[in-house]
Amino acid sequence: MFEKYDVIVVGGGHAGCEAAAAAANMGSKVLLVTMNMATIGQMSCNPAMGGIAKGQIVREIDAMGGYSGIVSDKTAIQFKMLNRSKGPAMWSPRAQNDRMRFAEEWRLMLERTPNVDFFQDMVKELIIENDTVKGVITGLGLSIRSQSVILTNGTFLNGLIHIGTKNFGGGRSAESAAFGITEQLTSLGFRSGRMKTGTPPRVDGRSLDYSVMIEQPGDENPQKFSYSNTETLKKQLSCWMTYTSESVHDELRKGFDRSPMFSGRIQGLGPRYCPSIEDKIERFADKDKHQLFIEPEGWNTVEVYVNGFSTSLPEEVQMEALRKIKGFEKVKMFRPGYAIEYDYFPPQQLQLSLETKAIKNLFFAGQINGTTGYEEAAGQGIIAGINAHLLIKNEAPLILKRSEAYLGVLIDDLVTKGTEEPYRMFTSRAEYRILLRQDNADFRLTEKSFNLGLASQDRMNAVEEKYIKVDSFLKELKKQSVEPNEVNEYLNNVGSSPIHQKLKINGLISRPSVSLPDMLPYIKGIKDFVETKFLNSEEVEEAEILIKYEGYIQKEQEVANKLLRLEHIELHSNFDYASLQSLSSEARQKLSAIKPKNIGQASRISGISPSDISVLMVYLGR
Amino acid sequence: MQLNTTICALATGGGTSALAIIRVSGPDALSITDKIFVGKKNKKLIHQNGYTLHFGNIVWKNETIDEVLVSVFKQPHSYTGEHLIEISCHGSIFIQQSILSALYDAGAIAAKAGEFTLRAFLNGKMDLSQAEAVADVIASENKAAHNLAFQQLRGGYSDEIKKLRTELMTFAALIELELDFSTEDVEFADRTQLEKLIYQLIVNIKLLRNGFTLGNVIKSGIPVAIVGKPNAGKSTLLNALLKEEKAIVSSIAGTTRDAIEDVLVIDGTAFRFIDTAGLRETQDEVEKIGIERSYLKMQQASIILYLFDANEMNSTDVENEINAIKLNAKTEIIVIPVANKTDITIESKLNEFKSLEHLIKLSAKNNEGIETLKNAFTQWIVSERIKSSDMLVSNARHAHSLEKAETCLQAVINGLNMQIPSDLLATDIRAAIEALSEITGEVTNDEVLGIIFGKFCIGK
Repeated sequence: MFEKYDVIVVGGGHAGCEAAAAAANMGSKVLLVTMNMATIGQMSCNPAMGGIAKGQIVREIDAMGGYSGIVSDKTAIQFKMLNRSKGPAMWSPRAQNDRMRFAEEWRLMLERTPNVDFFQDMVKELIIENDTVKGVITGLGLSIRSQSVILTNGTFLNGLIHIGTKNFGGGRSAESAAFGITEQLTSLGFRSGRMKTGTPPRVDGRSLDYSVMIEQPGDENPQKFSYSNTETLKKQLSCWMTYTSESVHDELRKGFDRSPMFSGRIQGLGPRYCPSIEDKIERFADKDKHQLFIEPEGWNTVEVYVNGFSTSLPEEVQMEALRKIKGFEKVKMFRPGYAIEYDYFPPQQLQLSLETKAIKNLFFAGQINGTTGYEEAAGQGIIAGINAHLLIKNEAPLILKRSEAYLGVLIDDLVTKGTEEPYRMFTSRAEYRILLRQDNADFRLTEKSFNLGLASQDRMNAVEEKYIKVDSFLKELKKQSVEPNEVNEYLNNVGSSPIHQKLKINGLISRPSVSLPDMLPYIKGIKDFVETKFLNSEEVEEAEILIKYEGYIQKEQEVANKLLRLEHIELHSNFDYASLQSLSSEARQKLSAIKPKNIGQASRISGISPSDISVLMVYLGR
Repeated sequence: MQLNTTICALATGGGTSALAIIRVSGPDALSITDKIFVGKKNKKLIHQNGYTLHFGNIVWKNETIDEVLVSVFKQPHSYTGEHLIEISCHGSIFIQQSILSALYDAGAIAAKAGEFTLRAFLNGKMDLSQAEAVADVIASENKAAHNLAFQQLRGGYSDEIKKLRTELMTFAALIELELDFSTEDVEFADRTQLEKLIYQLIVNIKLLRNGFTLGNVIKSGIPVAIVGKPNAGKSTLLNALLKEEKAIVSSIAGTTRDAIEDVLVIDGTAFRFIDTAGLRETQDEVEKIGIERSYLKMQQASIILYLFDANEMNSTDVENEINAIKLNAKTEIIVIPVANKTDITIESKLNEFKSLEHLIKLSAKNNEGIETLKNAFTQWIVSERIKSSDMLVSNARHAHSLEKAETCLQAVINGLNMQIPSDLLATDIRAAIEALSEITGEVTNDEVLGIIFGKFCIGK
């Protein structure tokens, strides 16, 4: 019934979609198997993409030729650049999206991608011969053969939904769970664990009184995610902010005795940074209110998402508590919040390519690896898709360095350290945050991806053009001087001390309070240059960042280069750590299990002490 | 490096002494020693428990070499973390060498310099800073240096640095909170408070760094300069001091230049008389030049003895001279006024100097009052500066890390003043934490996030 595929992707969420797109665009024949064709690219939690550290990931995916940025841009209802007041490393794009349009756009983009086939069924088993995956067996009993398989099962593996004292199998609200794969993999020696996450209730926007809430509009000049030619938003929808109160908390407390969290019915570990509302009340009892963001679910729907109110308390308790929120007095609930437990496989069982160590040609991406978040999932998806393709072509895998991309940090963290709670990206996880900015993801990654055959020629041309333009602009800014009478008015306006003689422009840009785009109209020479060379705002901004933060960028680059030394001291995968009695027993056990590729990776494994590293260095004769 | 070998070496100083200790360490330490050790009732060391002591003879090739006591330590409960034997034998060079060669014949290998400590480090018995301290203990030639090294060995100042690091971590968490959770409803750090904390850290680090100077000084001897006008009796005093302690006077190469310096150990503390020969030569030169050169020398000293002829000076002149010396000094120094030639000075003249603080009266020529002067040295070193609670950083690597941390923190202060964005501040804070981690050997991985999640209500 089926031809033989190069890559079978199991699951059609953010990870599965990116994986399928990447492998197919590189030339592999891909089959996407999903339990429900109607929920491809579904946003199962909040209707938003990006955010701090996550927005940078979306930009990276886009720079490599993934689809998440394009889909987000096309379906955005609001756009914000978060952290604008901080340094450029912190600028983080975030979009509110039309949930239904988002899923539709993903489906359409995949349908338009050559080499992607679809099949709706549940995968219940993998075909494994000689420790190599050879395809999948579906719920209908069909065998589909392939050279590699990427598992992106999300929260579906033995998914168990909790609302109050009730619980039932399910992968998402109103969608059934998937069974069989965990059991098969554990019988093959894989370790699995349970994780937990939750989602808030969705309510009828028509029943809310927005007049008592604080409006949260999008940016005045909205930007976008994709480096390609998607459009920026012409009109936007606002979000709204309100707060819980003691009376809301009192209502919620009434249901604590029936909370699956507090009663111990939920065993999986949830994320500390995304606690349920009952968790917040319990752990931070001194806070009398908590912030809530009321987010529209789309252009046309009346459904809204109550961000900050994730809960698994009984539905009537949810309802009563909602009613006590300012502006929610007449609220009508569409769907109650719930908690979900699911299986994951501790990611130390993976190689840095995302291929499993135990079974060849089998890849894992997304929540199955213990992560949370659309962006983290999509990022693993594109890497798994790329590496599945490269593997069948007998080419070396793409492994991004920690100094190259958040995706490098993400995968290295997962594989090297594993994770106890759902893993979310933070900028603080990256040691070279100033290098990993949202503005330079294309400089960092497009060429790499292009060389692998994924990013298109158009993208490559665009990056090259941007590079040339920014470079010539930089030279101009370092060359041209400015007269006091040109800029003193501007400097005065922004509270920067006036100049008394001619000064090179880049010297002015270095001042913290000076903004190049704002100063531009005052300096004719530069204004003319920008206009005649057709520099767009992104390119002007890029040049400004490179001048303003030159010292810091240089400093981090130096540290990164220095530490790279450790990444170049390789450790063979057959290295016999058990025989090194001088290592601590924890180190022996962890190094044997994780098999780091080099000293740098070894040093990041938790429990590996500096003296363990010294031992390895001594043994390697360093 | 091979850890599966068994090594042996003399653990005591070599040369002839009453007793000597030979150490054997490695997987076969017990069985190798068994080959040369005949215990009472022929008991075998491999059957003995750790922390036991055994009397017997060393017998090799049917010849009894010595009567010895053998201490047994079993892995991992030994200095190196391996099986370890210590043979206490009699201290003749012949016996020591015979036992060692018997051990070589029995299968042990001669240890390389520092190999016991290296093994202890590789086996996780001590962290890097402790291993360095051991090297210092072994090398320390005087009591104060020994105390200092021993304090470090017990983890002394790494605790202090751990404390600093924890404070900095909390600070870093506050900054990261601002960065990664700026959209959250949490209160961010008050800048003035942050600045205060950083200043506090800088002060603490400065204290540790000053300790480094002192720590280093103790290790190589406290530099002392004797200054004074020509004919005050400087060389006579120096000779008097050195003559007294001839047995322990030695000449060592100076640390700053090739000059030979005289070292005098008083009560276990070394004092280094810097380039006093140079001072002696100035006697025939024009006085002005002599004084200039003296000042230069003095800048290297921690203690200055201002020596004067009690017959020639009055107390105001002495006070002026002392103040001038203090004024010229780059660091905090102790100046001890020493009135010389008491043998030919009348009592009423001597009483003139009563008002001078710490005054010592002596006659270098007649060897009177030298003991009082030496007591003054000891007083100063024991009571004034070296209290066991003071943290002395004596290791150059650590001092360098502290310096790096201080530079980074200074950059944070500058950044705060310039109101640069907090992610840039964070870069310098991270570097400072890293510098401190280099000393404590701790890994920073996910500590910051741990603090954030523990302390703040995060998450929508």
